[in-house]
Amino acid sequence: MSKDLMNIVEATQFRSTDLPAFVPGDTVAVHVRVVEGQKQRIQIFQGVVISIRGGGARKTFMVRKISGGVGVERVFPYHSPSIARVEVKRRGRVRRAKLYYLRKLRGKASRIKERQREAK
Amino acid sequence: MSGMLGRKVGMTSIFDARGNNLPCTVIEVGPNVVVQVKQSDGRDGYDAVQLGFLPAKPRRTTKAMRGHFAAAGASPQRVVREFHWSDAAPEPGDEVRVEDVFAVGEMISVAGVSKGKGFQGVVRRHGFRGVNDRTHGQHNRQRAPGSIGQSSDPSRVYKGMRMGGQMGNRRVTVRNLDVAAIYPEHNLLLVRGAVPGARKGVVSLLKQS
Repeated sequence: MSKDLMNIVEATQFRSTDLPAFVPGDTVAVHVRVVEGQKQRIQIFQGVVISIRGGGARKTFMVRKISGGVGVERVFPYHSPSIARVEVKRRGRVRRAKLYYLRKLRGKASRIKERQREAK
Repeated sequence: MSGMLGRKVGMTSIFDARGNNLPCTVIEVGPNVVVQVKQSDGRDGYDAVQLGFLPAKPRRTTKAMRGHFAAAGASPQRVVREFHWSDAAPEPGDEVRVEDVFAVGEMISVAGVSKGKGFQGVVRRHGFRGVNDRTHGQHNRQRAPGSIGQSSDPSRVYKGMRMGGQMGNRRVTVRNLDVAAIYPEHNLLLVRGAVPGARKGVVSLLKQS
């Protein structure tokens, strides 16, 4: 019963339009709404999805990119209204769900092969 | 009505209008039924309203309580608790709903019985630091409280000295919680932040003056 009530609340938070399907290993460009004073603009954060965690309204995904030689990771709530849209730039073939090992790799070693077949 | 009875459902997070992600506790609030009304000019000598929450089986309700509920024209309730009322005197048998009492944006207090932690030592219960050393002459005193007082004067331990003992499983009130959302059709209220007790625990929601 209380499970149902949680679902009712979480359902109100889901985003109206679905983001395109992506899985860890994919390279995505996240279009984030940024509010600066009165103005609002779109900022793009592009990188590799290294983890997807949580469920329901609390689902989040983590995107990692290298910015100025420094690794930057950002966690996005999947249903956040601040995400305008997500573009999938490249499908990656990886063998695990959490790609935290990428943190120890740089340059050529951190490349991910392109996925040919669709993930299930 | 100064408050209502509810039941903790669980925690989740919601987005506000600016896209902020707020941690919230979901509480099923009411509907409560007015079981008894006390008035300052009546025989009770003070103003209060007794609210009931959650249906109880008549078979498991004592005969005395069954009579008490019948007098109000209400069915047996599992939890009965008293609240103040100010404006309009409620009538016995009235149904009280979330949206009648609370509004989004309001600050409320929530009281409930915290999760029991059992008998806990002084480190966990009061945040003492223990000894932190296994060497330098220490032996099995790592989580000990240290000195609990002086010497032959006063020759006793002061009352209220913090020691080990039962932790949790007592009534705790959390004040200044924002009402983040209300879903009247499901009797749900969301409060920003955490609330004492386990899921399915009964909590009192109190208006702040």
